[in-house]
Amino acid sequence: MEYGFTTAAYVAAAVLFILSLGGLSGQESAKRAVWYGIVGMGLAVFATLIGPGSGLWLLSLILVAAGGIIGFFVAKRVQMTEMPQLVAAMHSLVGLAAVFVGFNAEFVMNAVAELQAAGDEAALAALKGFSSTVAHKTPVEIGILKVEVFLGVFIGAITFTGSVVAFGKLAGKVTSSATKLPGGHMLNAGAAGISLICLFWYLGSGALFPLFLMTALALFIGYHLIMGIGGADMPVVVSMLNSYSGWAAAAIGFSLGNDLLIVVGALVGSSGAILSYIMCKAMNRSFVSVILGGFGGTAGPQMEVEGEMIAIEADGVASALNDADSVVIVPGYGMAVAQAQNAVSELVKKLRAQGKQVRFAIHPVAGRLPGHMNVLLAEAKVPYDIVLEMEEINDDFPETDVVIVIGSNDIVNPAAQDDPNSPIAGMPVLEVWKAKQVFVSKRGQGTGYSGIENPLFFKDNTRMFYGDAKASLDKLMPMVD
Amino acid sequence: MKIGTPKEVFEGEARVAMTPDSALQLQKLGHECLIETGAGLAAGFTDAAYEKAGVEIIKTGAQLYKAADIIAKVRPPTETEVKRLTPSQTLISFFYPGSNAELMELAASKGATVIAMDMVPRISRAQKMDALSSMANIAGYRAVIEAGANFGRFFTGQVTAAGKVPPAKVLVVGAGVAGLAAIGTATSLGAITYAFDVRPEVAEQIESMGAEFVFLEFDEPAQDGAATGGYAAPSSPEFQEKQLEKFRELAPDIDIVITTALIPNRDAPILWTKDMVELMKPGSVIVDLAAERGGNCELTVKDEKIVTDNDVTIVGYTDFPSRMATQSSTLYATNVRHMMTDLTPEKDGVVNHNMDDDVIRGATITHDKEVTFPPPPPKVAAIAAQKPKEKVPELTPEEKRAKEVAAFKAQTKSQVTLLAVGTGLILLLGLIAPASFMQHFIVFVLAVFVGFQVIWNVAHSLHTPLMAVTNAISSIIILGALMQLGSGSFLVLLLAAISIFMAGINIFGGFLVTRRMLAMFQKS
Repeated sequence: MEYGFTTAAYVAAAVLFILSLGGLSGQESAKRAVWYGIVGMGLAVFATLIGPGSGLWLLSLILVAAGGIIGFFVAKRVQMTEMPQLVAAMHSLVGLAAVFVGFNAEFVMNAVAELQAAGDEAALAALKGFSSTVAHKTPVEIGILKVEVFLGVFIGAITFTGSVVAFGKLAGKVTSSATKLPGGHMLNAGAAGISLICLFWYLGSGALFPLFLMTALALFIGYHLIMGIGGADMPVVVSMLNSYSGWAAAAIGFSLGNDLLIVVGALVGSSGAILSYIMCKAMNRSFVSVILGGFGGTAGPQMEVEGEMIAIEADGVASALNDADSVVIVPGYGMAVAQAQNAVSELVKKLRAQGKQVRFAIHPVAGRLPGHMNVLLAEAKVPYDIVLEMEEINDDFPETDVVIVIGSNDIVNPAAQDDPNSPIAGMPVLEVWKAKQVFVSKRGQGTGYSGIENPLFFKDNTRMFYGDAKASLDKLMPMVD
Repeated sequence: MKIGTPKEVFEGEARVAMTPDSALQLQKLGHECLIETGAGLAAGFTDAAYEKAGVEIIKTGAQLYKAADIIAKVRPPTETEVKRLTPSQTLISFFYPGSNAELMELAASKGATVIAMDMVPRISRAQKMDALSSMANIAGYRAVIEAGANFGRFFTGQVTAAGKVPPAKVLVVGAGVAGLAAIGTATSLGAITYAFDVRPEVAEQIESMGAEFVFLEFDEPAQDGAATGGYAAPSSPEFQEKQLEKFRELAPDIDIVITTALIPNRDAPILWTKDMVELMKPGSVIVDLAAERGGNCELTVKDEKIVTDNDVTIVGYTDFPSRMATQSSTLYATNVRHMMTDLTPEKDGVVNHNMDDDVIRGATITHDKEVTFPPPPPKVAAIAAQKPKEKVPELTPEEKRAKEVAAFKAQTKSQVTLLAVGTGLILLLGLIAPASFMQHFIVFVLAVFVGFQVIWNVAHSLHTPLMAVTNAISSIIILGALMQLGSGSFLVLLLAAISIFMAGINIFGGFLVTRRMLAMFQKS
């Protein structure tokens, strides 16, 4: 097959990928957009298989099919609440693949260099695919290629261990609090410094050892960096890893001279970067302070919280709901943990059937993944036009009769506005306390994921509805008439 | 406690203060309910229905007054009824203490507690017991129905085989609860509705009900509804003049006029004068909801329907709620039930007359042998006072221009700086990097730009699907592995194979999960 055909297919695939991402601007067009992505991917793989330099297409097909079957079952089985873990796990696969491909490029380079050194013209001419591309490169190009391989492996390795740790944290298998080895970020900086030295060493000597050493260091950085970031910052971490996996692909694309890889890598990389930026802005944190882990320096003691938490039982909540005309529900990670989204949806259906206005207020960082709550509510068949963003609904709280906060904490914390010394001061929050009445469904009196006291719970118009979110809602349901 | 409802003694009054439904709710509060024989008959509730709801039927009113601890009725009590009260009794009814001072003195001397349903303060918490609003709502609705019954045409415009019918034009004067209800009813019947009110801030409410606000060109400090508890205040003579002029202009076109303008504790202002009535077309209808206090129309006769010489019907009934007795009894009984709920906070059938409670204090006009009317102003304002709007200093065109130019310059400066730095870096790179690299580099930079442009438009709610999709397409790295599979040693083959396998998982898993998620998004 002509080389021109492959390039044409790549161009088509790149356009399809761009359309696929662009289509996500609306719920309806998104359904079409996924197909663009699937077709683009199919086209790219097909064109590569029949294009120059790829033998063993049968083996390739078998491997893709085997991976596909596993992917298929994982995708079918996964619970919507486990989506953050799944995304993190998948990022680790991309990272590891990038490391392997990078090493392969290095091996091929070495093999070609040996052949060239031996002056074996016949063997060189017989080279196929990637090897032949390498064989035609000038020394300067080989130098650049090495830098690219090095970068690809470095980013890929960080992505791999980082994603594995993020997966562990999200799945609750690793402690979610920020833990660092003694030395903290100096260890990371040191590892990165040694990696840089390795780069020059590798360029100078062409030996394999510095590459291996760097890989080990990068794996450590990925692990240690993400371990040092608290659970509340996970939305940023996941989108950041998403970005890394894209840059890794782009770096590999440079080393293989494949434009499609570069384009897609850049798309994914910038997408992840923008998502991280949006998440950081929603939490009023700088990207650096998130990466450096934990909460930034506070200026003084936090404000003392006055008053007491007053508990309420299901019948009290039910009677308030029966009297209310407008209800706003603020879901958070607690809803996901308790798998309460279907119970919430039932409750909303019941309330809406009585002609009450029921809406959802979604904070940009609610949950552990950007857009996490939207997906859960959509799964429970909550119509998306009553699910509103923070800016859309914040002004409506004073006219709202009842707000139900289900398993969220920091995103409704008034301290962000009132207390300049609070660790979350300045973070935009949902102003639920302005509503006439607020019910907080919560497991216990603890301070939750971020460990910050929430003055909302002590306000006069707030009642605490203790218990597992799902159990509480199930208790509440028959009392709402 | 025993709550008893006597039959209304006022001539023609069909409402009743307790319904079988409200009796059931009252019993849940721990009270017993009594009712006089036939009290609910005129409102469509039979004795049998009450009995079924667990209400005890009492033969005569006199017996009921003896048996009950709390008397709940609709109309203000007559002198006879007040004389029957004993010191331990509570009376809940409309009372209009402002114009019934003697009766109030009498009740106080009897030692009974009187809760006037018309004195419930207008604060949000007390809305559920605001009987004036529920009655006004019914009056507004009924006024339109009454007008329709006396009007010889359709409300809605129609084009039929038998000719074209113009729509009726309705003017509602005064957009309080009754006015808004009338607007809603008239528009839903298909009429073209106009509405006027002296409080400009209700224009929004009028428009929300589907009527057109009749705008008056007049420079006067706007009335602040918050200062008067949501009611209108008297307006200046100049304003009134202007207002009448506007009405005179409208009168020939209007088919139906519904006036609801009342100012607390005053006679109704005359808004629709004799000459306006004369200007109206024959067959037009005026319904005057202010007839009780003399009427907004000069020609209104209280409690009667008259037809003028030029064939304009003027309805001056004052018993609109009673004309819809079932509906108004249901609403009024619910208001009374809510009042009882506040009076029995423990739900144990024991009345706790808490005089520190704004709502209970406001509605109570006699308590412990003393007249407690008028009440002190409530601690909570009915409507938040409107903040004076902050005046943004108006910029002169030159200043605006200068500002724009400055902003534009700053933007240009930062962009040019960024571009210069970027170009410099790329040039530097171009000095050392070979051409083949630069070709790929161009592609890379352009792709980053495209990515930034595209991703900003992604809907916030779709961020999770976006991650899943980008995750799926980042397994494009499979291309690299595929290309390497054919070249090199066994080690290369093995690593490439593993990579292909992992990328395969990712491609299928990522896209399928995305599709699953997107399929769930649905409109209501």
